[in-house]
Amino acid sequence: MRSIRDWPERDAEMEPVLKICDLAISLPPGADRGFAVQNIDFDLSAGEILCVVGESGSGKSMTANALMGLLPDQVEVARGTAHFEGRDMLALPDHERRKLRGDRIGMIFQEPMTALNPLMRIGDQIAEVFEAHNRHTPSERRDKALALIKEVGLPDPEKIIRAYPFQLSGGQRQRAMIAMALALDPAILIADEPTTALDVTTQAQILELIKTIQHRHGMSVMFITHDFGVVAEIADRVIVMRYGEIVEQGPVAEVLKTPQHAYTKALLEAIPSDHVPSPEPVSGPAVLEVRNLRKTFVTSGGLFRPKRSVTAIDDVSFSIARGEVLGIVGESGSGKSTVGRAIVRLVEADSGEILLDGQNMTALSADELRRARRRVQMIFQDPYASLNPRKTILHALCEGPIVQGVSRDKAHARARELLEIVELDAGAADRYPHEFSGGQRQRIGIARALAMDPDLIIADEAVSALDVSIQAQVLNLLRDLQKRLHLSLMFITHDMRVAAQLCDRVAVMQRGKLVEIGPVAEVFLNPKAEYTRNLLAAVPGTDWNRGAA
Amino acid sequence: MMDFLKRFSRNRGAVIGAVILITVVLLAVLAPLLYPESPWKMVQRPFLPPFSVEGFPLGTDTLGRDVASGLVHGARVSLIVGLVSTLVALLIGVPLGAFAGFYGGLVDDGAMRFTEFFQTIPNFALAIVLVAIMEPTLPTITLAIAIVSWPPVARLVRAEVLSLRKREFVDAARLAGLSNTRILFGHILPNAMSPIIVMASLMVATAILLESSLSFLGLGDPNIMSWGYMIGAARTVIRSAWWLSFIPGVAILLTVLALNLIGEGLNDALNPRLARKGR
Repeated sequence: MRSIRDWPERDAEMEPVLKICDLAISLPPGADRGFAVQNIDFDLSAGEILCVVGESGSGKSMTANALMGLLPDQVEVARGTAHFEGRDMLALPDHERRKLRGDRIGMIFQEPMTALNPLMRIGDQIAEVFEAHNRHTPSERRDKALALIKEVGLPDPEKIIRAYPFQLSGGQRQRAMIAMALALDPAILIADEPTTALDVTTQAQILELIKTIQHRHGMSVMFITHDFGVVAEIADRVIVMRYGEIVEQGPVAEVLKTPQHAYTKALLEAIPSDHVPSPEPVSGPAVLEVRNLRKTFVTSGGLFRPKRSVTAIDDVSFSIARGEVLGIVGESGSGKSTVGRAIVRLVEADSGEILLDGQNMTALSADELRRARRRVQMIFQDPYASLNPRKTILHALCEGPIVQGVSRDKAHARARELLEIVELDAGAADRYPHEFSGGQRQRIGIARALAMDPDLIIADEAVSALDVSIQAQVLNLLRDLQKRLHLSLMFITHDMRVAAQLCDRVAVMQRGKLVEIGPVAEVFLNPKAEYTRNLLAAVPGTDWNRGAA
Repeated sequence: MMDFLKRFSRNRGAVIGAVILITVVLLAVLAPLLYPESPWKMVQRPFLPPFSVEGFPLGTDTLGRDVASGLVHGARVSLIVGLVSTLVALLIGVPLGAFAGFYGGLVDDGAMRFTEFFQTIPNFALAIVLVAIMEPTLPTITLAIAIVSWPPVARLVRAEVLSLRKREFVDAARLAGLSNTRILFGHILPNAMSPIIVMASLMVATAILLESSLSFLGLGDPNIMSWGYMIGAARTVIRSAWWLSFIPGVAILLTVLALNLIGEGLNDALNPRLARKGR
């Protein structure tokens, strides 16, 4: 990881590769604003990495899509020009623009699994780029594809060239996408949140790769992201966007160190800092004790398919004291969510004990379990999927308590009270989920968990789907509620910085095993396990953040 | 609701379909008032062409029965058979598909093999056999049509439930201690309603066609005038009196077309995100 670079001195005479003037993109009538973006002016110089940062809905991807001619139906460029190699790209007819796509401008997307054709071998997909632009003979194409696969650092190129996308990991797929984008040596590479779907360690590798390649090919990169950590890691220059307008732009060092616009300042402040608090250790009777929990998922084999088994939880033991917040961190596939779901028995563990106040949850019958459900509640990751779209908020909050035997009037009164506790107005009760934003829905999710008056709340990636500023608000609310109501909380997350903010103790999981558990300050500042150290090192923008703290 | 009507009416075809269907329904409801006498009664010279004699705008058939009267009374049969058989098919298909999708495993396997058993037999052949075995009366014909048309419903509902039961709001309902049936009927099925409604509107159309085909073959209820019977009875004279087959044929065409248009409009209105471009 590198620290902030000084903005390299550039020749003032240098022509920008891409010059965007007064770009505006109109949205169809009935959208929440008239223009997706407007008054967009910026230059992309040769050989620089320009980061476009903003929260969801800020229009950062729209700008890139307009350049590539990938705007959705009914969304159109209203005015503006984009000069690239002497021509206005936005005025080009479709077939002209198609020639530029992939040739002079390459693009990589957020989700490499959906961006790659699942039924085509990797080698063929790369060769297809040459074919589309009528370059080389078929055998040459294959050699070129092989060379590209080598260049992006994929292991065993001879094998990868014949592999299908599903046989690769997320990071490998993103490398394959980058190879495709590089095929014709474009002058500009547009990267739309290319690392957002990846784990931190993989993200660090991909960022490194983009940097090396950009340097080697002397390309200009337009890198779209929502993460200031990534910006600190990779950018030469930054553009900050909000509500479809540029609020600030400048060299990365200036924007990060001395932000001018209030919005940039707010965004930077909302980032969970690396400053690790050292909370008082919480002692007391354990509300939850997990002993030797194991779970293996087995996919039954077929005639031509061997049986496959994945160990999701491998002999995991820990306990949570009453009033304590235990963080469980790990990368995707580490089994952290499965632990949470096994505790509430949405997943049945193979063996082990889950003791809630001494009562063994794993031994309950279906009926007893239904009554015991109340005692452990969950806050889910996706605020859009976790509320039934056809039920009012009041219904969502009251259904559980009423089933547990609380009278209707009492449940309703309590629901309205809870809405106030999570800082929503009481009128929210009679509305439907689609009328709320992601952050508000997550507050409703919290209220729903509280409505059951549980002994333990499990928050499974509860803030991961939210924008940073919203994330900070929801985290504040959670911390505040935890203190006030003396909640016991199990907080599952992939984001080390978020865990540091909220938790008393942290447990680190890797491939189903608990590799380290301890007070938050100890795990973060003095990690014992090799894996924990790697995880911490991979967090983007570490150096910059350390410098700021 | 207003929003729904607005989206529905944006599809011009759907509005035309609704107008046609409402006309057919009105005619069917008002049949006893418009033509109080039995449609089987011979009232004039046979083979009267349309508009040749006052009082018989659509002429008379081979036995001198009023075609207009038959058409209006036939509408009742077509609509009743269409609606009732669809309802029965839903009553069989929805719960079966829902349980199969929700419980999975053996329940799913059992239910789906049972469904496939019906799917592998050609619809119309099975309907003929069923009607032939049972007495051809209105209820048995309706039942036979329902029995051959529920399998696609079960498949659709199962697929919907399979994807919905993985949603987090279902997990949340489970954590609230709700029973399985309550989760299934209170949370999952209401979210699967839109595709079911769309499918049902198209099934009514198919049922009307099936009933007409059965009557055409002479397997209809002999006491009830229906469009299929009218075509079937007139097929021998198609060269000398083509309008006798043509008029009820147009009636079937318009009604089925209307239902299909409505189904498409419902699809656009209920799944606005799937709505096609330029609407």
